[in-house]
Amino acid sequence: METKSKKQRILPAGEFNVFLRVLQDAGYETIGPTVQDRTIVYDTIVSSSDLPAGWTDEQAAGSYEIRKTGKSLLFDFNVGPHAWKKYLHRADLLLWRAKTNGSGFSIQEEDDSPSKKAFIGVRACEVAAIQKQDKIFLKSQFTDSAYQKRRANTLIVAVNCTKAGGNCFCASMNTGPSVLSGFDFALTEILDDKRHFFVVEHGSKLAEELLNKMPKLEEASAKECALVREKMNEVSENMGKEVDTKDIKQLFYDHYDDHIWDEIATRCMNCANCTMVCPTCFCTTMEDVTNLTGTEAERWRRWDSCFTMDFSYIHGGSVRPSDSTRYRHWITHKFAAWHDQFEESGCVGCGRCITWCPVGIDVTKEIKNLRKSKATV
Amino acid sequence: MSNHNGNPMLPESFSVKRIKNETDDTFTVELQPSKKVLDLSFEAGQFNMLYIFGVGEIPISISGDPCSTDSLVHTTRVVGTVTKAMRKLHVGDLIGVRGPFGNPWPVEEAKGKDVVLIAGGIGLAPIRPVINYIISNRNKFENVVVLYGTRTPKDILYAKEIKFWEKKHRIQTFVTVDRAIGEWEGNVGVVTKLVARTPFDPKNAIAMACGPEVMMRFTVRELQKRGIANSSIYVSTERNMKCGIGHCGHCQFGAEFVCKDGPVFRYDKIAHLFDVWEV
Amino acid sequence: MDTLERFLADHKFLEEMKPEFIEQIVGCASNVHFSSGDIICREGRDADKFYFIRDGKVALDIHMPQKGSISIMTLDSDSVLGWSWLFPPYRWQFNARAKTEVSAIAIEGACLRAKCINDHEFGYEILKRFSRILAERLQLTRLQLMDVYSANG
Repeated sequence: METKSKKQRILPAGEFNVFLRVLQDAGYETIGPTVQDRTIVYDTIVSSSDLPAGWTDEQAAGSYEIRKTGKSLLFDFNVGPHAWKKYLHRADLLLWRAKTNGSGFSIQEEDDSPSKKAFIGVRACEVAAIQKQDKIFLKSQFTDSAYQKRRANTLIVAVNCTKAGGNCFCASMNTGPSVLSGFDFALTEILDDKRHFFVVEHGSKLAEELLNKMPKLEEASAKECALVREKMNEVSENMGKEVDTKDIKQLFYDHYDDHIWDEIATRCMNCANCTMVCPTCFCTTMEDVTNLTGTEAERWRRWDSCFTMDFSYIHGGSVRPSDSTRYRHWITHKFAAWHDQFEESGCVGCGRCITWCPVGIDVTKEIKNLRKSKATV
Repeated sequence: MSNHNGNPMLPESFSVKRIKNETDDTFTVELQPSKKVLDLSFEAGQFNMLYIFGVGEIPISISGDPCSTDSLVHTTRVVGTVTKAMRKLHVGDLIGVRGPFGNPWPVEEAKGKDVVLIAGGIGLAPIRPVINYIISNRNKFENVVVLYGTRTPKDILYAKEIKFWEKKHRIQTFVTVDRAIGEWEGNVGVVTKLVARTPFDPKNAIAMACGPEVMMRFTVRELQKRGIANSSIYVSTERNMKCGIGHCGHCQFGAEFVCKDGPVFRYDKIAHLFDVWEV
Repeated sequence: MDTLERFLADHKFLEEMKPEFIEQIVGCASNVHFSSGDIICREGRDADKFYFIRDGKVALDIHMPQKGSISIMTLDSDSVLGWSWLFPPYRWQFNARAKTEVSAIAIEGACLRAKCINDHEFGYEILKRFSRILAERLQLTRLQLMDVYSANG
């Protein structure tokens, strides 16, 4: 995918369905936000009527609610509990099957041919999260073939956030609110007194070809482009949370022995929610399953969390048996060790870990507390 | 054996060629590939993921000879379900193998230098390929010393072989045990105590240590007292591993993935983590 | 400098000790030699001496009924053998047996104690050096107790 293309066009909101159909006709399963169980989650959508039109979300530490706005906006919310990793880095993945024939056994690689998927409504923080997982699974020493196949079959239709959520801090993490790279399409939804439309930018050759299959879209005027910029500046100014990232790696490395970890451990329930909702958390475990007669076995890869005791188990016990050191491990990895591993932060500032923490532990607050605490190591 | 079938997550089929008890709770398996044309080369210090059908998969260091790789040799201790099942295998039984993985011992860098190898317990198994390599290239190394500590005299690995290291290959070997009951003419005391009296030139030596973390912490302190630089000390660490390729996250030790950045680390690179509690 | 004095000055335990202090020790010292297998001291006997081992190996062990002798530690060249001479009732706590040819310097306990009482500065220096050895041995013993190589270690 190329970087920002200059030419922007106008897609009237009423023609969003046409846009979806072009993608579907090109063989893409369209996936986007839908309202389910009073949350906005990603699922297959057939038409724009499946999108959460007129819904918005309100998020705070440990709290998430959706409500009707009375407006017709299709993307007037931020991120829900699901991240796109559920499609790219599957929560459960069958790697291979083995069969025994008495003394020996044979292993058959699972034939994995994922369908083409278009992700509709990928936010800037989520594009950044996908790029971070790309680094782990595609650009490190080894390639994850399952991820690679899914990623190659993915079309990204990004949507700029035109409101900032209560737990958002993408501006601090330098990942948003505007989508600047890593997209096929980037859309900004505008609703004023007269008109409801999207300013569309394409970021890949494929996107350009797909656009050509649409009925002719008029070019966005300078005024319309300025409107987008204005809107995005406004969002940037209104972030619900903020993190000072200056020397943040060293901040964590200097505080391995801080009492703060013990204090957080009195609140943290080790539920692992933060790791499940985090769009960059990538840890997995391997699970071998055998049938009842013991003749067939399967190797499954499943999402895992560093908050469990088993996670660091080596014979004799867990390396991190304390609640405090497990929390410390998670947040230190995210904000510090990730820099050493992948030359960037592991946090995209989406705020999911704050929203979905049952006791409302807020990483942005904890980082502020850490800054106030004296270095201990 | 460079990730034999292209997909590092897919085990390759091997069969048991030999299986031998070393001590009461340790044993060595020798494996040969079911397909004849597999490259079994590895570097001293690397490990494989061994899979027992229907039981599970674990990382085990390679303890064979990197200069003669017609089979895979693994020495391990019976500690969990997989190693228990492994010891019950017979000649001809199949094992799945993924690997070799991991960052090796610095054998090339050690050439022309004194080499101090310090092993504790089963930690001798990952050090043995270094010793085998040195034996095949003995003239390229200066003074070579092995310091080896175990629990009791019954727990000494490769007991017969150790005698030849000294006699035939000029590798001075000092064995010490934590406790000895009855007939034991050798040393009693912790292995770290031996460092102070080991003959090597701290200015031109490389030390490699493998054993329980506590033992290595004290070993490093003793080496430092001798004046050897942190950048000339190498340690092998142990963490939970599931994938072996740096993707599953389990083996993280600070910012390091033990499976691919380790298990062997130059001490100065991880010194800051060595005394951190539950890192 | 006579040989005893030189041997003492070379011993690690007395590293950088003032020459006049070394001289005081020489007054209580004598050269000794043990053959492999010799018993140097026995548990429960009078601890009237201690030894600076110059060369050789000495095994410390303790006898347990039914189990025989349990080896506690091996002492090498440059070690100090024995501190039972320091405190009443001045009796050995362990057996010590030469595992090789051993050359050592024996120090008369009563003689050195008297000098320590007479000259507290000298006494402090001796006690300080013994305390360090005690602390080191305690550390090593702790490590042994940890049983780090056990399957559940």
